[in-house]
Amino acid sequence: MELKTKINAEDGKQEMVITREFNLPVDLLFKAFSEPELIEQWMGTKVLRFEGKKHGSYQIETRDPKGNVAFKADGTFHEFKQNEKITRTFEMANTPFGVQLEICKFEPIDDDTCKLNMHVIYESVTQRDEVLKLPFAQGINWAHSRLEEIMSKLK
Amino acid sequence: MNLRRDVFQAIADPTRRAILLLVASQSLTAGAIAANFDTARPTVSKHLQILTECELLEQQQTGREIHYHINAKKMKEVADFIEPFRRMWDDRFNKLEDIMKNYKPKK
Repeated sequence: MELKTKINAEDGKQEMVITREFNLPVDLLFKAFSEPELIEQWMGTKVLRFEGKKHGSYQIETRDPKGNVAFKADGTFHEFKQNEKITRTFEMANTPFGVQLEICKFEPIDDDTCKLNMHVIYESVTQRDEVLKLPFAQGINWAHSRLEEIMSKLK
Repeated sequence: MNLRRDVFQAIADPTRRAILLLVASQSLTAGAIAANFDTARPTVSKHLQILTECELLEQQQTGREIHYHINAKKMKEVADFIEPFRRMWDDRFNKLEDIMKNYKPKK
């Protein structure tokens, strides 16, 4: 099945564009980006702080089943325009990935469908590429630790 | 059954990723690879077959033994890395869509 999400990340550029069409009215898509309890559901993370307004800030955190912090990130909103646009920064704590600027545009197509356009700009080409590699690398690491687990059981 | 093998489907499986990791540094025989897992040997063979079919692994005959090694060129194709990233976002957005379709505004 073809993925509805498109990513345009040209070689040698420090930015990428993520686009996706939703079978949702634009106000519902915006709601999913602006209400902490909804963000928690689809992002699978905990929202510790969320001030959805210009110069407001947010903080998110995910813990592993043992209760250790596995992922922590925060950022600031530069623009928060109802059903139209969110400009925010995003930075993962304790990682070398630096800060990224995210410009999210919410566009209605008709009454029941809309489009999200996320323009993400990184500090450097290298940092963008590192972030792009993350899901693959995590998969490998996960497989590796599982392998170690299996190996230690065999001993 | 001869389905077209998708490399990203191939690496979506944790055992197959572990196999790729094993042979990344050295070429190994099927037996040596299987010895690293507590899954049944035929299961590991099946994984090797899938990885070979989608060209992530290559076979090399050395005497009576067949060694598996990683196909760096194909891995580089995967190593564009965008596809897993795209899938991650697509999964999130699918979830968002499902949640919001069932969303009842609090009055």
